[in-house]
Amino acid sequence: MNNPLLSVQDLSIEYVGDKTDFRAVDHVSFDVAPGEVFGLAGESGCGKSTIAFAISRLHKPPALICGGEIMVAGRSVLDLDANELARFRWDEVAMVFQSAMNSLNPVLRIESQFHDLLKRHRGYSKAQSRERCAELLKLVDIPPDRMRDYPFQFSGGMRQRIVIAICLALNPKLIVMDEPTTALDVVVQREILQRINELRRELGFSVLFITHDLGLMVQFCDRIGIMLDGKLVEQGTADQIYRAPTHDYTKKLWASFPSFHGPAPRQENAQ
Amino acid sequence: MTANPAIVSLQNIGKTFHLGAHTVRGAHDLSFDLHSGRTLALVGESGSGKTTCARIIMREYIADEGQLLFHGTPVTDNTPKGLKQYRKNVQMIFQDPFASLNPAHTVDYHLRRPLALYRRDLKGKAVTDEIHALLRQVELDPELVAPKHPHDLSGGQRQRINIARTLAVGAKVIIADEPTSMLDVSVRQGVLELLNRMKRDLGLALLYITHDVATAHYVAEDIMVMYGGQILEWGDVNAVLSNPQHDYTRMLLSAVPNPEIRFDDPQSRLDPTAVNAVREQAKQLHPHVKTAGPNHFYRHTAA
Ligand SMILES: Nc1ncnc2c1ncn2[C@@H]1O[C@H](COP(=O)(O)OP(=O)(O)OP(=O)(O)O)[C@@H](O)[C@H]1O
Ligand SMILES: Nc1ncnc2c1ncn2[C@@H]1O[C@H](COP(=O)(O)OP(=O)(O)OP(=O)(O)O)[C@@H](O)[C@H]1O
Ligand SMILES: [Mg+2]
Ligand SMILES: [Mg+2]
Repeated sequence: MNNPLLSVQDLSIEYVGDKTDFRAVDHVSFDVAPGEVFGLAGESGCGKSTIAFAISRLHKPPALICGGEIMVAGRSVLDLDANELARFRWDEVAMVFQSAMNSLNPVLRIESQFHDLLKRHRGYSKAQSRERCAELLKLVDIPPDRMRDYPFQFSGGMRQRIVIAICLALNPKLIVMDEPTTALDVVVQREILQRINELRRELGFSVLFITHDLGLMVQFCDRIGIMLDGKLVEQGTADQIYRAPTHDYTKKLWASFPSFHGPAPRQENAQ
Repeated sequence: MTANPAIVSLQNIGKTFHLGAHTVRGAHDLSFDLHSGRTLALVGESGSGKTTCARIIMREYIADEGQLLFHGTPVTDNTPKGLKQYRKNVQMIFQDPFASLNPAHTVDYHLRRPLALYRRDLKGKAVTDEIHALLRQVELDPELVAPKHPHDLSGGQRQRINIARTLAVGAKVIIADEPTSMLDVSVRQGVLELLNRMKRDLGLALLYITHDVATAHYVAEDIMVMYGGQILEWGDVNAVLSNPQHDYTRMLLSAVPNPEIRFDDPQSRLDPTAVNAVREQAKQLHPHVKTAGPNHFYRHTAA
């Protein structure tokens, strides 16, 4: 790919143990173009979140990157110093994690959580932050007049939308979304992802999207990578992964996918 | 309608939360029954009150209005003894299989505790035997799994431990609040099949709260669709899913992920104005019940 926004090359990550090391990510390579939505799918424990964390170096010991390269907009993430890294997070790469809805500070009003970030990265005044906060909350269908509420006053789904709004605050180039809508109903899920789909066309950011829901993945992603035991076993366009999977494991994933719309998914369609 | 009498019944349950200047309708006029050997699915918007409903059944929240019945008798004994007796029969499984297990303790310990509390009749080796029987019941190898800690288990295995725990207590009613949403598809099916089998073999009554409509019709006989604290539509799962009456139910079903239609396809687009119109309508009080079929009902704002 020419000038990918995110380029992961030959990445290996191990969880270092007392006796043995566990290789959670094994020589994984993929590129994500500017404005592209790239999906990572695969069974629980195959290493998706480990990659997601490593992209903004949020992985913690015992996780150790033991090989490879992560480039964002042409810069090596692994070479950033502490200051550069602090800027890089949120500003260039924002993240929405599996349980992000529980990551809001419980004792701060929603508007203060936006202000914290906007003041630190943009030097916004309280009034400026409030204005931006209102704009962002509207984007995720939360009435702006609730910005003075505390996290516990929202349902899990609403808190997750607030986190997504915070992620959009600094117009990042890449948003890493690890199961961002698992806790949401399908209407809100659709609204958010549809909105993110529109916004990435408008603003041009890329998305690395992780979900267990293969149907959703095909709807949203341009390209999809399938992981098995730390390895990327297949990658292709969403259409190819859905209609013409080549790897046995991808076929197996489809076979166990509970279908609501169509008939039960096909077993092997290739001989 | 059903052969088995209800174990737990809600009658016109209401609950309002007061948050400073705001009030939130957590539950309004909820009435339904949980029957032995049946699963009732509860779907609906996030924040519609599904967990509130679960907490009312668990008696973690006290309803402002209406009655909670256990085997037909209103539940009134709020002493610790009364609650314990009730919770011996009614147990909950949570979404996050990890958060509900203590990382410092083994699987054996997690099952030994409820047995010590609720099964005082068991002593010595009988306790260990029971733990092993419980693990086998949730399709885990007792020798292998009992000495392990939660972090040595996969998500699916952890959720099986949570199910085993509710069985250790001797529960007849299980309230499962998104029990599989943090598990992947392959594991998910295993856990759902396990719940199905428990229902059949042990005659459990299940309330299955989920966002995953596709799984609801695998495990449930009946379904309820909730919005803004009200149950807008309910009845036989196939009737409701194939012939939805309320606009909110229709919208919910149309938004179930479908790999055939991409978001970039303008046809797939949910129009925000239309969505909000449906929401505004769904938010209104719906005092009137209409019948769509022998076991299919929905609510309406007007008679
Ligand atoms: N702190 C840790 N110490 C040791 N091993 C770990 C640690 N964190 C994760 N692992 C292991 O690394 C592997 C990859 O985990 P990861 O969380 O990346 O999986 P995942 O694909 O995101 O799974 P899920 O779909 O369940 O979120 C798993 O086998 C897991 O057990
Ligand atoms: N203890 C509480 N205090 C105040 N408000 C509450 C409390 N518990 C719930 N609520 C409010 O009641 C409404 C229903 O919340 P509930 O958690 O029952 O929704 P839910 O349907 O389970 O949502 P989700 O799908 O996101 O889990 C929400 O608006 C929530 O903010
Ligand atoms: Mg993960
Ligand atoms: Mg809930």
